[in-house]
Amino acid sequence: MTHVKISMAQALNQALRDAMKSDETVLMFGEDVGALGGVFRITDGLTAEFGEDRCFDTPLAESGIVGMAVGLAMNGMRPVVEMQFDAFGYPAFEQIVSHVAKMRNRTRGRVGLPMVIRMPYAGGIGGVEHHCDSSESYYAHTPGLTVVAPATVADAYTLLRKAIEFPDPVVFMEPKKLYWAKEEVDLTEDQPGIGTAVVRREGADATLIAYGPTVPVALEAAEVAAAEGRQLTVVDLRSIVPFDDETVCAAVRRTGRAVVVAEASGFASVSSEIVARVTERCFHSLAAPIRRVTGFDIPYPPPKLEKYQLPGVDRIVDAVDDLQWEDS
Amino acid sequence: MTTVEEQLLPSTEPVRLIDQDGVPHDHPSYRLPTKDVLVDGYVELIKGRRINDQAGALVRQGRLAVYPSSHGQEACQVASSMVLRDGDWLFPTYRDTVSIVSRGVDPIETLTLLRGDWHSGYDPYDRKVAPQSTPLATQLTHAVGVAHAARLRGEDTVVMALCGDGATSEGDFHEALNFAAVFHAPVVFFIQNNEYAISVPLARQSVAPSLAHKGIGYGVPGERADGNDLAGLLAVLGHAVAKARAGGGPQLVEAHTYRVQAHTNADDAARYRPDDEVAPWLERDPIKRLETYLEQEELLDDAVRARAEKAAREVAEKLRDGLMPEPDVDPADLFAHLYSEQTPQLTEQAEFLRDELAREEA
Ligand SMILES: Cc1ncc(C[n+]2csc(CCOP(=O)(O)OP(=O)(O)O)c2C)c(N)n1
Ligand SMILES: [Mg+2]
Repeated sequence: MTHVKISMAQALNQALRDAMKSDETVLMFGEDVGALGGVFRITDGLTAEFGEDRCFDTPLAESGIVGMAVGLAMNGMRPVVEMQFDAFGYPAFEQIVSHVAKMRNRTRGRVGLPMVIRMPYAGGIGGVEHHCDSSESYYAHTPGLTVVAPATVADAYTLLRKAIEFPDPVVFMEPKKLYWAKEEVDLTEDQPGIGTAVVRREGADATLIAYGPTVPVALEAAEVAAAEGRQLTVVDLRSIVPFDDETVCAAVRRTGRAVVVAEASGFASVSSEIVARVTERCFHSLAAPIRRVTGFDIPYPPPKLEKYQLPGVDRIVDAVDDLQWEDS
Repeated sequence: MTTVEEQLLPSTEPVRLIDQDGVPHDHPSYRLPTKDVLVDGYVELIKGRRINDQAGALVRQGRLAVYPSSHGQEACQVASSMVLRDGDWLFPTYRDTVSIVSRGVDPIETLTLLRGDWHSGYDPYDRKVAPQSTPLATQLTHAVGVAHAARLRGEDTVVMALCGDGATSEGDFHEALNFAAVFHAPVVFFIQNNEYAISVPLARQSVAPSLAHKGIGYGVPGERADGNDLAGLLAVLGHAVAKARAGGGPQLVEAHTYRVQAHTNADDAARYRPDDEVAPWLERDPIKRLETYLEQEELLDDAVRARAEKAAREVAEKLRDGLMPEPDVDPADLFAHLYSEQTPQLTEQAEFLRDELAREEA
């Protein structure tokens, strides 16, 4: 019940600290996570507090990091690894897809892998190439992976704690442009778990479905739409896999219109999956086709051009305006 | 008789032809480069240092998104370019701005990536310089492919492939060495061991006797050099290039140097290394020692100094003039060049953005 004003980076750091305190099998490792505390300082102070055996730097090899985590998880540990940036998780892709995701299934449930792959992801920070990818669709497309993306400080804490306690491997996507945003939070307050979406704002006219970095943008857009006389519901998915069909579909049925907002390129993505499954389930409640505001189908642009790629308030409001209001 | 293993192993000490006090030393296998080459090298070093200084200033003024400096590593930078012929290839990383400019690429085009107006600013075919690679070690297998293609085409091209000490831990580094060895590809793998991968010291990357020892497992000869001695680097890299060109297969060279500054301007080195570790490396500065040597040999007359100063001034002016104004960027570029022919979907998206911007302007 103690409210503190902290950033998402600090909340993630606190989650790791508390998890390591409460369970000594929790290990944190990766590139620059020791003395430096991670390039985003998410692991700041953990080596000093828990020692080199608990939080440590590895040689510079992502495939090795994830592969070793698999072995550690097979032998009684709960590894949490950091891929320094989204695109630097690709060298580990084979380990993630062929082993992390499949171990439980291949072994008929005998070997579970309680491990977390932390992935600072997405853009909006002026990063040069390979530092701003939205790679969640690759992981969401891979059966066996649980994929989570917090959008608030409180969720960053809760979802990371729950991911570490989770019996299965979790790809934990951290929207890096939200790392420094501060909120007043009570970390002892329980939040919904993995697999549950949350309605962040209620409105009767249309639903914005967002996750990770686009949640604050969707909320801002809802604010603007309200000023223009349209009341929007905003659903924060929190968990991409498992997907909370119930919460999302209930909101869409209530409002009859929806726009999905995601930073990743739209083609064959999480956003297209959302449109497909919501349409399949809510077709008769829909007054208009579901629209998407996503990144274009291009490599993430260089810093001077990234503003054109990021879903912004205007694009979202425009998409809402396009939901065939004249028919209603 | 030396064994195969002995032929593959590096010297017991890094090759050093001029020590940190500027004193020359004989070496059983390597000879000091000619005076002209050393004087040219000196000019390039002065220019290289100025590029680093100027880029550092520009990043502080917000004209570059980020700058990974090679301050203190300029001898490696300059040598890696100087030993190449026009037809050879260079495969650089994000830290190798000076090497690329030394190769003759326009400095503004070189800094496009770090300024943030595009991903790669120069035409790789122009000076035969591959796009700078940020995903560590991934460029090394490309280097092998380029070298192999050259051999298949009957050309005597050599490929200089650069990477850092940290990158040698990546699987791609090992695959590249092995591929190059199996295909007998004329690649010189040049590791700039600056003792750090961001915050992680060399001891956490490898417990091998040296990084140059990593060649032996693949049948690639390794050599190591003092990374702050331009003379030694020119000799060792020159020899490696000549061997590769003559059909001797891939070569591995490790230069032992030091990253004097933080990883980039965004990094805070005080969090992981004490200042007193840096101090002795400042004494080993690559420019200072060559300067002392050239002075002692009476090779550093006013004309040479003026030439160096002019080259440095010109490149600094070029950087300031070219990077101070906001670059012209065209949002339509976002959709260009993804495919040889734009897909209908991309055309539609480009139109969407064009309409959106037109509406904003109206
Ligand atoms: C595959 C991959 N993983 C992580 C990174 C992030 N990163 C950029 S530079 C760097 C350190 C590289 O160290 P080293 O190879 O020694 O080169 P140096 O920066 O010292 O020149 C890291 C970890 C990256 N660029 N690519
Ligand atoms: Mg290094």
